[in-house]
Amino acid sequence: MTSISPPATKVWWKEPIAKGELIWISVVVVWGIILTLMMPFWHIYGEQNLSSEAYRTTPENYMEKTQAMVDQYTIRKEGERQVPVVKPPAGIDIYMVGRLWEWWPILELKKDETYRLHVASIDWQHGFSLQPTNLNVQVLPGYDMVLTVTPNKTGKHTVVCNEYCGIGHHNMLGTIYVVE
Amino acid sequence: MNTNNDFRVCPDTGLKWHRPAERLMKLNAVAAVVFLLVGGFLGLGVGLTRWPEVHLLGPDTFYQVLTAHGINVLIFWIIFFEMAVLQFASSTLLGCRIATPKLGMVAFLMMVVGAILNNYAVLVVGNSSVMMTSYVPMPADTLFYVGLIVFAVGALINCFIFLGTLVIAKEEKTYEGSLPLVSFGALTACIIAIFTIASGAVILIPTLLWNLGFINNIDAGLYRLIWWAFGHSSQQINVAAQVSIWYAIAAILFGAKPLSEKVSRFAFLLYIAVLQLASAHHLLVDPGLSSEWKIFNTSYAMYLAVMASMVHGLTVPGSIEHAQRARGLTAGLFEWLRKAPWGNPVFSAMFISLVGFGVLGGITGVVMGTEQINLLVHNTLYVPGHFHATVVIGTTLTFMALTYWLVPIMFRRQLIMKKLASLQPWLFGIGMSGVALFLMGAGTLGVPRRHWDILFTSADGGYEFSAAALTMMSLNGMSVLLACFGGAAFCVIIVGSLLFGKKIGEDEKVGEAMIVPAVTDEEYATNKEPLTIPGTLAMVSVFFVAFALYYFINWKYLSETWGLS
Repeated sequence: MTSISPPATKVWWKEPIAKGELIWISVVVVWGIILTLMMPFWHIYGEQNLSSEAYRTTPENYMEKTQAMVDQYTIRKEGERQVPVVKPPAGIDIYMVGRLWEWWPILELKKDETYRLHVASIDWQHGFSLQPTNLNVQVLPGYDMVLTVTPNKTGKHTVVCNEYCGIGHHNMLGTIYVVE
Repeated sequence: MNTNNDFRVCPDTGLKWHRPAERLMKLNAVAAVVFLLVGGFLGLGVGLTRWPEVHLLGPDTFYQVLTAHGINVLIFWIIFFEMAVLQFASSTLLGCRIATPKLGMVAFLMMVVGAILNNYAVLVVGNSSVMMTSYVPMPADTLFYVGLIVFAVGALINCFIFLGTLVIAKEEKTYEGSLPLVSFGALTACIIAIFTIASGAVILIPTLLWNLGFINNIDAGLYRLIWWAFGHSSQQINVAAQVSIWYAIAAILFGAKPLSEKVSRFAFLLYIAVLQLASAHHLLVDPGLSSEWKIFNTSYAMYLAVMASMVHGLTVPGSIEHAQRARGLTAGLFEWLRKAPWGNPVFSAMFISLVGFGVLGGITGVVMGTEQINLLVHNTLYVPGHFHATVVIGTTLTFMALTYWLVPIMFRRQLIMKKLASLQPWLFGIGMSGVALFLMGAGTLGVPRRHWDILFTSADGGYEFSAAALTMMSLNGMSVLLACFGGAAFCVIIVGSLLFGKKIGEDEKVGEAMIVPAVTDEEYATNKEPLTIPGTLAMVSVFFVAFALYYFINWKYLSETWGLS
């Protein structure tokens, strides 16, 4: 009797389990427990944990907050489209907008300082992918997500959009400068 | 009224085929291969466009082709084939008439119509390049949603026909005792499918109403939550179906019985209880969900399910080793494996699938599904890399293995081009392993998925990925060519055999052994190994060490990125 016919013995659930199989099952159970515990462990001892902080928002409301920050802290404008470069003081709430097809505005942050970085979309879904450090979060319309970030490397960082958002998706970039 | 004329007994296997069920199986299997051919061809377009030096298609066409590639292979090819598997595991394995064959025909036609409507919206109307996930608020054509819904209703009807057939088999006592393990596994796949399709209805019907203007707004976060209850669970149908087929092939080619009915069945039950609920790992970096929610919903579910797959990963090759040792292949750790029928594509496809699914797909799935590590790979090419290992090397190659066996047994045709057939699983398996590895490598280096131009030639400011990342993309392109050659070989061999293969009469034997007699208890008693299956245990030990190393290396990577709290 094989796997394609009914079990030979009617009370198959009473048959003993082979030793080799039992050893593997024990290893697998212990490993599953370790895998599960690693996540709360990292919340306590690790330094890279996504916060659970997020708020309902609307495009108008979110743009208003972003514009206020841009008006107050813009230090220069860059590129053909004169995108404002914003250098906010450490510790405050800063904003980045995802929209078809750009991340706006450009931010300039200080290394090893901590910021409350808000990200939200004002139209479709986007993916905030910070390169080359490689940090990726999902950005949704209607949700203002707060990431408490501490940049650890200076230089130009690019924000790539990594959630497909239509025909201009591959042109959707943003910039975050990290300075000493 | 059913008469004996409605059945034929297979001269090779002794299986009792109910003709109306057999007809449905043939239709579903053929439709499956047609959609594999379409979807695979579109995949070639995707691979050649993402190869930076080739960059074949323009952006409009690329996003269109990518959408259609995903839906045709991930949904249509796989679910059509699964319908045939459900019919085989109920009607044929239990020697029972299929419930409501006419309704089965209606279901099949609905699925065909749904699949065509969806493809029409994406490829002909052309306003539905929304990817398989069709995330709101990006709109698709109304027919896009209608097609998916009609297809899903057809599949749902087939699930209930499967359950009805099990009831008839019990009632008419066509088998004694418990269901065969393979039918039991198919039953878990069917239960998961019903949950999956229900979730799909809960999200796609409101989305259709939104598309038609009856609903103002669908929350993007809510859409993702429910869509993934459908999108991920549908992959669990595949896992349950493919593992069932692994057991079936171990039985067919080796006469193997499961090491322990209890363990294997319990592992299948874990799939129903937890695996299909574990869709939360798609939402690990979404706003609006707490860390507690994310951790709970990935671990209770996912890791118990991971355990189940790791158990099958031992018991399937273990049952083969057990049977081979009982037949006298006892030398060393691996004589049983060395002397397995490697020239038979049914075996080689199944075994490559088992190893590729476990090593490439399984390990990376767990790593990616860890709350914090997901920050490193979310929406990068790592994700398609992972699921090309699970769904293509795992599910698709397994279905190919079964198809090679079904051509003579069910379609009553000799396989043509047997030399090519024995090479095909290797071409496809190695090509697709390259795809999985190089996509995951590029993803680890930050390359986004679903992206037309990672050189950013037309983007303001631009960005340069590392040379290593671009090399990975070129290597991926070459692997795609090899995999497509293997996939095309499969379609040519199967379609060619169905059209031009030598016919085998109903009472005629195929000419080679199509099913190995079951290993007897006396033969099993000759295995004096203290651990019964030392070779398999050695293999899973190597697997486990690789798993643990790779898992902790990723925590190391994570510790090097920006501080985040």
